[in-house]
Amino acid sequence: MAQKEKDALSGVETTGHEWDGLRELNNPLPKWWLYIFYVCIAWSLVYYVLYPAWPLGKSYTKGLLGYSQREELVQKVADGKKAQEKYLTAIAATSVEDIQKNKDLLAFAMAGGRSYFNENCAACHGAGGQGAKGFPTLADDVWLWGGTTADIYKTIQHGIRADDGDTRGTVGIGMTAFGKDGILNRDQIGQVAEYVLSLNKRSTDAAAAEKGKTVYDENCAACHGENAQGSLAVGMDVGAPPLVTANWLYGGDKATLVQTITNGRAGVMPAWSKRLDDATIKSLAVYVHNLGGGK
Amino acid sequence: MSATTEQPPPRIDRLDGDALERPVPAAGDAPAAAPPKAPRRAARSMYQKHAKVYPKAVHGTFRRIKWAALAVLLAIYYVLPWVRWDRGPNAPDQAVLLDLANRRFYLFFVELWPQQIYYLTGALILAALGLFLATSLAGRVWCGYACPQTVWTDLYVWVERLVEGDRGERIRLDQGPWTARKAGRKVLKNLIWLLIAVATGGAWIFYFTDAPTLLGEMLRFEVSSTALGFIGLFTATTYLLAGFAREQVCTYMCPWPRFQSAMIDEDSLIVTYQDWRGEGRSLLRKSQSWEERKAEGLGDCIDCFNCVQVCPAGIDIRDGLQMQCIGCGLCIDACDEIMTKVGRPTGLITFDTQTNQVAVATGGQPVPFRLLRPRTILYTLMMLVIAGGIGVGLLLKPGLDISVLRDRAPLFVALSDGSVRNAYTFKISNMTRDPRAYTLAVSGVAGASLSVAGDGQDEQAGTQRLTADPDMVATYRIFVTAPRTGLQGASQPLTFRLTSADGEVATYDSVFMGPAN
Ligand code: SF4
Ligand code: SF4
Repeated sequence: MAQKEKDALSGVETTGHEWDGLRELNNPLPKWWLYIFYVCIAWSLVYYVLYPAWPLGKSYTKGLLGYSQREELVQKVADGKKAQEKYLTAIAATSVEDIQKNKDLLAFAMAGGRSYFNENCAACHGAGGQGAKGFPTLADDVWLWGGTTADIYKTIQHGIRADDGDTRGTVGIGMTAFGKDGILNRDQIGQVAEYVLSLNKRSTDAAAAEKGKTVYDENCAACHGENAQGSLAVGMDVGAPPLVTANWLYGGDKATLVQTITNGRAGVMPAWSKRLDDATIKSLAVYVHNLGGGK
Repeated sequence: MSATTEQPPPRIDRLDGDALERPVPAAGDAPAAAPPKAPRRAARSMYQKHAKVYPKAVHGTFRRIKWAALAVLLAIYYVLPWVRWDRGPNAPDQAVLLDLANRRFYLFFVELWPQQIYYLTGALILAALGLFLATSLAGRVWCGYACPQTVWTDLYVWVERLVEGDRGERIRLDQGPWTARKAGRKVLKNLIWLLIAVATGGAWIFYFTDAPTLLGEMLRFEVSSTALGFIGLFTATTYLLAGFAREQVCTYMCPWPRFQSAMIDEDSLIVTYQDWRGEGRSLLRKSQSWEERKAEGLGDCIDCFNCVQVCPAGIDIRDGLQMQCIGCGLCIDACDEIMTKVGRPTGLITFDTQTNQVAVATGGQPVPFRLLRPRTILYTLMMLVIAGGIGVGLLLKPGLDISVLRDRAPLFVALSDGSVRNAYTFKISNMTRDPRAYTLAVSGVAGASLSVAGDGQDEQAGTQRLTADPDMVATYRIFVTAPRTGLQGASQPLTFRLTSADGEVATYDSVFMGPAN
């Protein structure tokens, strides 16, 4: 191993390493290559002195330049904020409806709204507002609490059945639990469910649906409207969904309907004015409105 | 050159009387008939000592072509940014401008946007094919005459020769002790080199901003730090690469020589030494006639080393075609001069094909140069196809480009009336200098209607009106709604068709998604 060996053909010393009969020649490096290597070493030494480099237990060498990545980040964020300020003040000063009329503000609100949405809203409402069971789709045209920009703005600000004086609905109170509270019996619940299915031409039991209409008129029409067009259509701010659409918040099959009628529903959304500033909420409202569901 | 005494005698530079050891050819070069020199016994140094090349001045046809190429190429380089080109108001009037800040490339009548960068791909492929074609025809002509590394090195060597004298003088100067004169020469040479380097770097940035404005700023010392940084960078690289690295760039850094052999065949013109005529080489003795030489078995090469001394790559062409040879032909000029002097036909080193060389060497008929060969025809055809494609593309270059991105979350939205809606991000690139209005229509989905987010307009059946500012990209969010009854399957093709007020049309094929049933 340690013995110096010469390659017969080239007369060059080998490194002594051998792979499957191939031996590596110990040729010298080109000068320029070596010099660049030395320069790199020198560079790293200078770097050690100027920049943070070595860990020291819980601390580290700070370097003469006092550079800090975190400070740079803070600076960058501050610079970014400053660059956005013009738009942010304009958005704060503009009513949420008027933002849409200004092309620049709209573009800014949409871009900002997207990231705020992904950060705060997408967890429940899905990326792009696609919704989930119990969490309304924000890209369709069904709105329980109003779909204008102003409505959406208000909903985001104060939430639904949330801990906020101006919240929509009443905390803890949603749709009556007709079965649990003993208002309707099992049969009646089945009948009214069939009736709701019949509204969408999906009922399989015409007789039950017929009976269910009476039950509906007596118990449900007050909130959902006589024609089941939803509370919003009849001018009530209680968030009762229309029952004649193709869209269902919790599911439109019979089992789910029975479950809903038996136990009631009371969806909740937090009031965001406690966590987000006004310009952010406005941007969000504009973004959500333009997801496609806006009215 | 302390190792002079150790030098083996055969490789002595007779004309200058110095002893320059030539680098041992890398493995794979000329057939290594003679066993290479044994490495030095003394403690082996960690690095390979670079044998400095001192190219000698030479006169002749190839040298003249090289001077001409140098003049033309440098002229193009320095003049191009100053050529003006009228593009109308609000547009730069520089013929060649790579406007990185505004992300537009201007090349005479061509104006490229970032999304048309594929033209650059085309140009690069074209350049590569051109290099292949040139190489298969005439060896490394690009390397010898047109490569920036060659051009600037040539310029630097010329300066060096002006200041320090020709080869012999330069060698003596380098070997001699440090004197005021030597220092003066070196300082002067490096100053001129630096000047050229600064001029090179300075001219480079003219391609990236308006040249007259930038020159004004330079004269008032108001150049931005970015510009200064780039000038510095190109100054440094020019100075180092042309002044010091020189042939090492071609030998060690450039990939081209490594696969040039795949581009060259026996019908390519290359620089060759006619060894059948030149060997055995030996010095010409005054008393000796050419007939006597022949009788002694000696050839036409008088072993004067002229060809070696002029070679900027520092090689001996008589060893055969080598990777390091840049095909500059200077050795031909050098040898022709000698042959003329000693009264022998020129062309002992010549620019010729191997086919012809074999034919002539074996006493056969000369083989004429074949311009048309499968590979040259193929390269030419490929170049024509690509150039044609680029040409047609540029001629038909639209003032309008659209791109459409479909929303993926949610894939589609079911509306309360049962219809299905898809959302798209729609970008209109208005590549003209006027604000334009467009009409958007969709086709492919029965009963589809269109609406635009944020414009306050209601859904309209069929078409929508959109606008875009001059030289800008306008972004819209477009909704396409279709009744469920009109859908065929979960996904069906949908075509956007945008028509400008003056009749230019752009289409984009996308899809419309719906529920599976
Ligand atoms: S061998 Fe001749 S052609 Fe090749 S680089 Fe040297 S001088 Fe130029
Ligand atoms: S210049 Fe011509 S004669 Fe002189 S050594 Fe080279 S090949 Fe031989």
